[in-house]
Amino acid sequence: MTDEHTSPPSHTLPFWRRYIFSTDHKVIGIQYALTALVFMLFGFFLMLLMRWQLAYPYEALPIIGKLFSDEHLLIPEGIMNPEFYNSLGAMHGTIMVFLAVVPLAVGAFGNYVVPLQIGAPDMAFPRLNMASYWAYAVGGAIMFASFFLPDGPARSGWTSYPPLSIIEQAPGQTFWLFGMFFVIISSLLGSLNIITTILQLRVEGLTLMRLPYFIWAQLITAFLLLLAFPPLQAAAVLQIMDRVVGTSFFMPSGLVVGGLPAEVSGGGSALLWQHLFWFLAHPEVYVLILPAFGIVAEIIANNTRKPIWGYRSMVYSALFLGFMSFVVWAHHMYLTGMGTTISAFFQTTTMIISIPSIIILSALIISLYGASIRFTTPMLFALGFLPMFGIGGLTGLPLGLAAADIHLHDTYYVIGHFHYVVAPGTIFALFAGIYFWYPKVTGRKMNELLGKIHFWPSFILMNGIFMPMLVQGLAGVNRRMYDGGATYAHAQDVLVLNKVMTHSAFALAIVQLPFIFNFFWSLKFGQKVDRNPWEATTLEWMAPSPPVGHGNFETIPVAHRGPYDYSDPNAPTDFTPQFQAEGS
Amino acid sequence: MDMEIPYTTKPRPDTGLYNGKLGMWLFLASEVMLFGGLFSSYVFLRVGAVEWPRGADLLNVPLATVNTVILITSSMAMVMAWASLKMDDFAKYKRYIFITAGLGVLFLVIKSFEYADKFSHEHYPSTSTFYAIYFTMTGLHVIHLFGGVLVCLYHGLFGGRMWKSEPERFTNRIEVTGLYWHFVDLVWLLLFPTLYLT
Repeated sequence: MTDEHTSPPSHTLPFWRRYIFSTDHKVIGIQYALTALVFMLFGFFLMLLMRWQLAYPYEALPIIGKLFSDEHLLIPEGIMNPEFYNSLGAMHGTIMVFLAVVPLAVGAFGNYVVPLQIGAPDMAFPRLNMASYWAYAVGGAIMFASFFLPDGPARSGWTSYPPLSIIEQAPGQTFWLFGMFFVIISSLLGSLNIITTILQLRVEGLTLMRLPYFIWAQLITAFLLLLAFPPLQAAAVLQIMDRVVGTSFFMPSGLVVGGLPAEVSGGGSALLWQHLFWFLAHPEVYVLILPAFGIVAEIIANNTRKPIWGYRSMVYSALFLGFMSFVVWAHHMYLTGMGTTISAFFQTTTMIISIPSIIILSALIISLYGASIRFTTPMLFALGFLPMFGIGGLTGLPLGLAAADIHLHDTYYVIGHFHYVVAPGTIFALFAGIYFWYPKVTGRKMNELLGKIHFWPSFILMNGIFMPMLVQGLAGVNRRMYDGGATYAHAQDVLVLNKVMTHSAFALAIVQLPFIFNFFWSLKFGQKVDRNPWEATTLEWMAPSPPVGHGNFETIPVAHRGPYDYSDPNAPTDFTPQFQAEGS
Repeated sequence: MDMEIPYTTKPRPDTGLYNGKLGMWLFLASEVMLFGGLFSSYVFLRVGAVEWPRGADLLNVPLATVNTVILITSSMAMVMAWASLKMDDFAKYKRYIFITAGLGVLFLVIKSFEYADKFSHEHYPSTSTFYAIYFTMTGLHVIHLFGGVLVCLYHGLFGGRMWKSEPERFTNRIEVTGLYWHFVDLVWLLLFPTLYLT
């Protein structure tokens, strides 16, 4: 720690302080974005491997299968063994949730956009911000390193349910726990930084009800991260103790492993892990979706050229959603035998929490009514988000009912539901955000045509992957089958869907190429833009594109009005930015 | 243009807090959830257990009582350290911050004797669920206290520079350190009756 708290002008800093161990929120935001996008691609490839196995069980992987010798422990002769399939499932979930989507939604967008939208020169704690990124990077590196262990990475699912995760001797699970430990530290540092920044560094005139909806979403998300992650930290400590020190927090008495009594003191409870895990992991679902709501709201207001409909009810809904998300966790546990009384309680809270989500979604849809919409690429992704998240949300209701869940739990229906929320839901919103704020970050727009070539096939193929999952799930196909149900009688009627999904997934990979190309090509050849290319109203568009070094703005902004003053009949243009004074 | 981050030292009028203080309160909120998760686990395991030992039969209550007194005294010293800065008396501050850190070290020494005694009787975390939760919760508390001692020593040894250049900011730092210290103290005040006395 040094004593000065004004950072020296960034252009005088050496390279490693400017781009690697930077304390500038913009650089950290970009670091988060690039790392998270790489992890997202990696998690996507893991899924492609799984999908190959599900559609073509016991056939060698195409192309990369040849890389593996006959004696390879995990992929002999290019055919993955069941243990490696389990690893892929566990690591796909872990990487996508904890290393890709949350770091992108909160680490990247939160870091880059939040200070700009509230008119702040940086985050409240720049050094903590740097520490947060590097804790995430270390956690990610540990997770990635576990792929090079002889037995492969963790294989107990992304939920790491004991006692399986503890009696498993391969060290992958221990790597997973330590990796999570660092990721949790990162999210703790990041979330308290975001909350402090929003509450303390808002510029003059930016009252709470004048905050852009994106800021509200980030604020509530940060509270969820701050308060929901520590119990998982506690749980991870307990599981590390069980695995490394030999305690029995999650190991019940009388446990038999492989025909022999387990050599543990016993007296623990496997159910305890599930309570601690889901106490995090349900709020985590809202961590995944709230920033998406925020991004979509910004883009819809901007491209409908209207204020979003029901701003206040959307804010209160999000606050209620955040609060309720702490009291619904056990709806993941109806079938654990925790008792019908507890199930009834959690079923009730689960039905209640669907109300604010529906209010937010309805408000966004009503915002479209009567607008002359600009169908830009970010808007297309935002519009795609609405029905996709709608399907994801509504298919969740039957899972929240304890009776319906008896049939649906642990089937592909759950996978379909969850992925509708997160893949064509949140990830579409993240794409929308990338297209929307790219000009602010780089000073150039991404190519519109390539953007549309990216959007339309992605939109169709996402449904090609996840819609059949709902069908398979209703038919009762279990989610963790290594062969996709090929040897199960009840799965025979829906087995052909495995090929539909797999081919859609591979095609989806191909149509991401225009995006990847566009992302790099536009850095140099994209259309040059000034500071407000979308004619938007919020404060980040007052700063130059890209914003100036340390400090962002040339003069400290003042907010004079609400965030979405579009199409005011008395104004000279169809948008009146927040920083524009009355009467000027 | 390079702009300073506002409210690093002066409180923001509408929240009444400077950034560091709000950050520390938020950090402590997450710590409440961390220890809350562990205390809940304790309750969950104990309620589900066939039999659960009385803490007083297995653990050393007199030593823990001494440790409780030590920690409460250290918290008082911590407040005095901050108050001394408020009264512009740096020499007195230095005395009190080292007393705080010293009492923290004394707690850790006594705790290590307690642990050593358990190990010498072959009582390990793997012995039973009671010992497992005892070692985990007190161990996590020890790590927190150790961190606090390091921060106090740092502010005691190297704080003079910042006191000369930015006295108000330095006083804030000690206040925030104090918040953390009192929290760690409070955790022990909950651990002591939970593990030792019931």
